[in-house]
Amino acid sequence: MKILVPIKRVIDPYIKVRVKADHSDVETNNVKMTINPFCEIAVEEAVRLKEQGIADEVIVVSAGGSQCQEQLRTALALGADRAIHVDTEDKIEPLVVAKLLKALVEQEQAQLVITGKQSIDTDNNQVAQMLAALLDWPQATFASDVKIEDQKVQVVREVDGGLLTVAMNLPAVISTDLRLNEPRFASLPNIMKAKRKPLDTITPESLGVEVVFSQTIQEVTPPAQRKGGIKVESVSELLDKLRNEAKVIS
Amino acid sequence: MKNLIIAEHDNNQLHADTLKVVNAASQVSQDNVLLVVGYQCAEVAQQACRVDGISNVICIDDEQLQHQFAESIAPIVVSVTEGFDAIWASSSSKGKDLAPRIAAKFGVGQISDIVQVVDENTFIRPIYAGNAFAKVTTSDNVRVVTVRASAFDPVSCHNQADIEHQQVTISSPMVELVSVDKTVSERPELSAADVVVSGGRGVGSKENFALIEQVADKLGAAIGASRAAVDAGFVANDLQVGQTGKIVAPKLYIAVGISGAIQHLAGMKESKVIVAINKDPESPIFEVADYGLVGDLFEVLPQLAEQL
Repeated sequence: MKILVPIKRVIDPYIKVRVKADHSDVETNNVKMTINPFCEIAVEEAVRLKEQGIADEVIVVSAGGSQCQEQLRTALALGADRAIHVDTEDKIEPLVVAKLLKALVEQEQAQLVITGKQSIDTDNNQVAQMLAALLDWPQATFASDVKIEDQKVQVVREVDGGLLTVAMNLPAVISTDLRLNEPRFASLPNIMKAKRKPLDTITPESLGVEVVFSQTIQEVTPPAQRKGGIKVESVSELLDKLRNEAKVIS
Repeated sequence: MKNLIIAEHDNNQLHADTLKVVNAASQVSQDNVLLVVGYQCAEVAQQACRVDGISNVICIDDEQLQHQFAESIAPIVVSVTEGFDAIWASSSSKGKDLAPRIAAKFGVGQISDIVQVVDENTFIRPIYAGNAFAKVTTSDNVRVVTVRASAFDPVSCHNQADIEHQQVTISSPMVELVSVDKTVSERPELSAADVVVSGGRGVGSKENFALIEQVADKLGAAIGASRAAVDAGFVANDLQVGQTGKIVAPKLYIAVGISGAIQHLAGMKESKVIVAINKDPESPIFEVADYGLVGDLFEVLPQLAEQL
């Protein structure tokens, strides 16, 4: 079985993002970039399935400018077998990403796609579901446990109010939640090895997908700053303020 | 503009988030239809009729729809929404799972997790976990929008709209339910509570969370936690407030033993009043707190429980 794992290049989540002075976007110049954390979890899960002998090949794919090859190399160092770079402009919309992935799934005859549930930049949380819809495959979003046996996948999903365990037949799409696994660190020998693994660059046209945009970002603004309040000295002063000043308790 | 709003429910009870989604949709148009899809969900349809701002309710009740899987609901939504201009859902886990599947079936984009309606094509939504806000305009002829419920007030329920029962062809389910493991709690649901008391790493252990529970019970509050407390195993995953957990905006948020990492602030900084209790006066949580109390939580919490 082949597993396809799409990954996205994003600003390092531990860096505080700054909005550009002209409010056109957030600042990405000279900012550390990384593989989206949820995508990294997806790569780890796919590699584990290969290590368990359930998958034969893990293919990672990223769509964007040539810089996203860095993140593809990282994924190869984590254990993916080969990479596909869809060379296109950055910031393509989720539906277009889903169309590119659909074409690749069909080309590669992948049986399982594991995606991150969302990217930590645009926070859209759309690609897995859109891809599953386009392929007419079942989807298990927000996965915190995945088991595969005899063409059947059982997934524990993190949903509001608890956990939901579902079963579906392959082929299928899974999106990862934070607690699915803890990704390994790439070892130096594996980083070296990754440099020799195959990385193909293709175009959206070769997949028969037109890159179109239906959404325009008019403006990006920083959040309203919450001003710090006052310090109280005691529990009774705190309760007095909450009852008589803020009036949020009785 | 004609809006279709997807009702969130458990086949018995209409979820309060739906009232907030109706408010968001009403800011674009007064022509609102509420769609109830499920099994033996007549009571939900009755509740849906009372929602203000709704012109009518469409109810699709079928055994195949008991678990409301996105794979079954998305094609139904597509089949009943001819002539609609916008489809709205809550950005709950159900809404997040379903809405993109609908958008893709329509061949349109989706605007996720909006916190403000600017006009019928333009919305404001958080990006980078609320560290920035994007004003986005769509040119799609069908708008698919998910709404961050905590950013909108609920509409009231004095209406008497009509119910239209529809029969549709339902494809056989692609997904099978194996088990449901619901967090059982006597307390209000975290994302809907008026008061939330959250504990962090400073609480120290699972047993010590009893101190948080005591205060929460006095206030009729929900319990939350920081990622650090969840990762340390003090409480269950679904109590996590923050970027990767629940986004809450209660009237009162009490952060206990929480330092205030950006990750956590992203999930609670829209709360009306924030109280921070922490022994470290330099904790970043004090920068967003309306009322800060520097002190040992093991002394402060019992006093709070006693004086409430």
